[in-house]
Amino acid sequence: MRIPEQVQRLAIVIGVIVGGALVVRFLVVPRSLVAKDLHEATTIQREMAKPVKFAGSATCQMCHGDAVERLRGGYHKSLSCEGCHGPAATHAENPMGGKPPAPRDRKFCPLCHLYDASRPTGFPQINPTAHNPLKPCIECHNAHNPVPLKVPQACEACHAQIERTKAVSSHALLRCTTCHTAPERHKTEPRSARPSIPQRREFCGTCHAKDAAEKSAPKVDMTTHGTPYLCWQCHYPHLPEGRG
Amino acid sequence: MNKRDFLKGLILFFPAGGLLDALAKEAGGAEKGAGADAAYDPAKHYYGMGIEIDKCIGCNRCVEACKTENNVPKEPFFFRTWVERYRVSRDGEATVESISVPGRGTREAPEDARETLRSFFVPKLCNQCAHPPCVQVCPVGATFSTADGVVLVDDKRCIGCRYCIQACPYSARYLNPHTKTADKCNFCYHRITKGLLPACVEVCPTQARVFGDLKSKASRLVRFRRMNKIHVLKPGLNTEPKVYYAQLDGEVR
Amino acid sequence: MNAEAAKGLSELLEQVTGFIYPNEIEMHWGILVVVYPYVTGVVAGAFILASMVKVFNVREVQPTYRLALLTALSFLLIAPLPLLLHLGHPLRSYEIFLTPNLQSAMAMFGFVYAWYLMGVLLLEIWFEYRGDLIRMARQERPPMRWIHRALSLFSTDVSEAAATFDKKAIKAITIIGIPSAFLLHGYVGFIFGSVKANPWWSSVLMPIVFLMSAIVSGIALVVFLYMVVTALRREPIDMRCLDTITSYLFYAVIVDFSLEALDFIHRLYQSEESVKILGKLITGKLFMSLFVLQILLGMFIPLAILVLAKMRGFNDDLRKLLYFIAVILIQVGIFSTRWNVVIGGQLFSKSFRGLMGYKMEVMGIEGLLAAVVLLAMPFVILAVLMRVLPTKRLDEQAGGPVMAGVRPVRPEA
Repeated sequence: MRIPEQVQRLAIVIGVIVGGALVVRFLVVPRSLVAKDLHEATTIQREMAKPVKFAGSATCQMCHGDAVERLRGGYHKSLSCEGCHGPAATHAENPMGGKPPAPRDRKFCPLCHLYDASRPTGFPQINPTAHNPLKPCIECHNAHNPVPLKVPQACEACHAQIERTKAVSSHALLRCTTCHTAPERHKTEPRSARPSIPQRREFCGTCHAKDAAEKSAPKVDMTTHGTPYLCWQCHYPHLPEGRG
Repeated sequence: MNKRDFLKGLILFFPAGGLLDALAKEAGGAEKGAGADAAYDPAKHYYGMGIEIDKCIGCNRCVEACKTENNVPKEPFFFRTWVERYRVSRDGEATVESISVPGRGTREAPEDARETLRSFFVPKLCNQCAHPPCVQVCPVGATFSTADGVVLVDDKRCIGCRYCIQACPYSARYLNPHTKTADKCNFCYHRITKGLLPACVEVCPTQARVFGDLKSKASRLVRFRRMNKIHVLKPGLNTEPKVYYAQLDGEVR
Repeated sequence: MNAEAAKGLSELLEQVTGFIYPNEIEMHWGILVVVYPYVTGVVAGAFILASMVKVFNVREVQPTYRLALLTALSFLLIAPLPLLLHLGHPLRSYEIFLTPNLQSAMAMFGFVYAWYLMGVLLLEIWFEYRGDLIRMARQERPPMRWIHRALSLFSTDVSEAAATFDKKAIKAITIIGIPSAFLLHGYVGFIFGSVKANPWWSSVLMPIVFLMSAIVSGIALVVFLYMVVTALRREPIDMRCLDTITSYLFYAVIVDFSLEALDFIHRLYQSEESVKILGKLITGKLFMSLFVLQILLGMFIPLAILVLAKMRGFNDDLRKLLYFIAVILIQVGIFSTRWNVVIGGQLFSKSFRGLMGYKMEVMGIEGLLAAVVLLAMPFVILAVLMRVLPTKRLDEQAGGPVMAGVRPVRPEA
């Protein structure tokens, strides 16, 4: 069959284009430009070669074992060195080349310890305007083992949010110890030695039962109101009028 | 040459120019073998991260450390990791803000005791998904998953089309304004392959962030997954994230 | 980061309502990514109109056949430019040919584009024009003579057999071309529709809706160009042609509207988690561009105009005016459609808790000016193409059949 003349010409042009593309792709372009495994390997290498800025506490410990020892024994045991002292990898490489800074002003510690209602309960928080204003924190607290000068008598040193909630509630004048017994160990191992919570309805009944001595507390019939549940399973004792 | 051919040539200029450029670089540069770090075998590890919501105090140290360690632009528009604050009120409404962006998040929650039921911080980062949508959509294969479970970006090959940024359900990616390529958390790959912790995990004061090797018999992460009920973000999208949250609230997106 | 860009983002940060993830403040796909689907849509739509003549034998539409092909070509030539200008590294765009990720819909751009440009459009145009190019070259002076001879690849066969072969080739290419055109524009719809992270985009209907709105915009644009070109040439418009095309346009708009309405009703009815923030999006940020531009001006009013024009038996001049208004409104509507999809999908946070803004810069490589220039370029290219490749067949031109030895009226651009 005779190939039409226009198709012959087209075939030449198409052949040149396709052939050219194939030649470029398979003969001219080096493997390094198209090999996926090579690209991934070089990327991984490049990433791994990037400089490290934070040395890691394990490295600090190699020379500053005593400071780390003190840290791990106290309330700051979960902290890293560089969280406060900044990246220290260059210092670890060349210790004589310069010391990492140590924060000494009042602006630094509140980054963690400023009161914030969203912070989890049990985390020690202060109001910097009220708490020894103008004094640098490290004057009273050793940053590596920050035992407070005075052992806090009230729970609010660590449970500030609960205290502030309770302070504007009808239970404001009740002390924490009225309802909760905290073992002494709770101050050093808070998650292992937890305070108690009342386990009987009669406990709340001491103020809220119909025949209770306390005149200002609202009264309910303890035999029928909310049985069989414990009172705090519905009412929030730190803010009772919040209704839950 | 008529205008049509001129335009065709113009359109081909960009890719052709780039190709010639790359070929020239190949001709000039020496080829480095992939055997330099033979001591580290990626196949022996599989990394993930655990985050305990009840421990996060929202201090933002992780965000600052990450920016320092990884040269992330300091402006508040680019984050490899960030922290969100959630406030759930009694009528069920949740208010969310990012405390890592100055001005958009109050550093101190206002007292709203009567109205707020729950309030907490949630650190976020790239989830290093086991089934990553970002890897799926990259047109040139510049982003990929490594054998040790980290999703990396090849910034020498990324063309900056931003499709991966659109595809990430967690908005973990951004376009680096200096390199004009896509960028994101990579678990501080240069640290973990040397046995160090990622910078954010290193500096977290309450150890709310836990990093570990899922292939290891005893790692912090394995214990984390044993002792906690685990949640991940947006499980319905089937991205199989490897950042596991404990005590994650249902309001968190 | 340069100070001006940082300032721009800071201003945008002020305008955020609710909560957005911190990285979301930067709008990643801007006006250029709106222009690209609009342009490829016109290409697909114009080609479908051309295919009606050759595959579906709608003879009435024949006067617009060549114009439709040239329109498709003009817009196709521009299509990669918005993408190249948008890339962070346009010089690396060759990678899409060398190492395409086969799982990525975007990776097929290079191949589909090259196939459609060379394997479909240029091939069809060549077969359509070959005969006329040879005949014209015989009568012309250089340089046009050499341009035409080169374009015909120095072919010389003008026999009946060759012409028949050409016709058959065109039909075959058009048959392959229709799914190719669907692929060229449909894959863009799939790029958006397959993003599960974004509920505004993620939809099975997205490629179909893209295609239908592409057909609408392509047909409407060819109608517009046909009316403008014949007016500039001071020639009478073929009203039968116009009436036929606008009928098809009408059906296309109905289908397009039905699909978009279906998507809308489906979303409202299913009421998934994202419905609240999307509701805020369309009643707030997208109100003008969606309800006013896309739906009212872009669909309802043109539909009403077309119905009116067809049912009321108006005279030719009134119908022409109505059609002209309708096709312009349709262009505005379809461009708004693209805007609402691309920009709209980025105006809400993936946390479903906030909305943000898009500040389109005027100058700059991704600015309004760049977009306007890109949209104007196809018309310039079309004007040039029409000089070289006349839209009227030689045997249709003024003066009757060409007689050997007599110099015909010079083909008008």
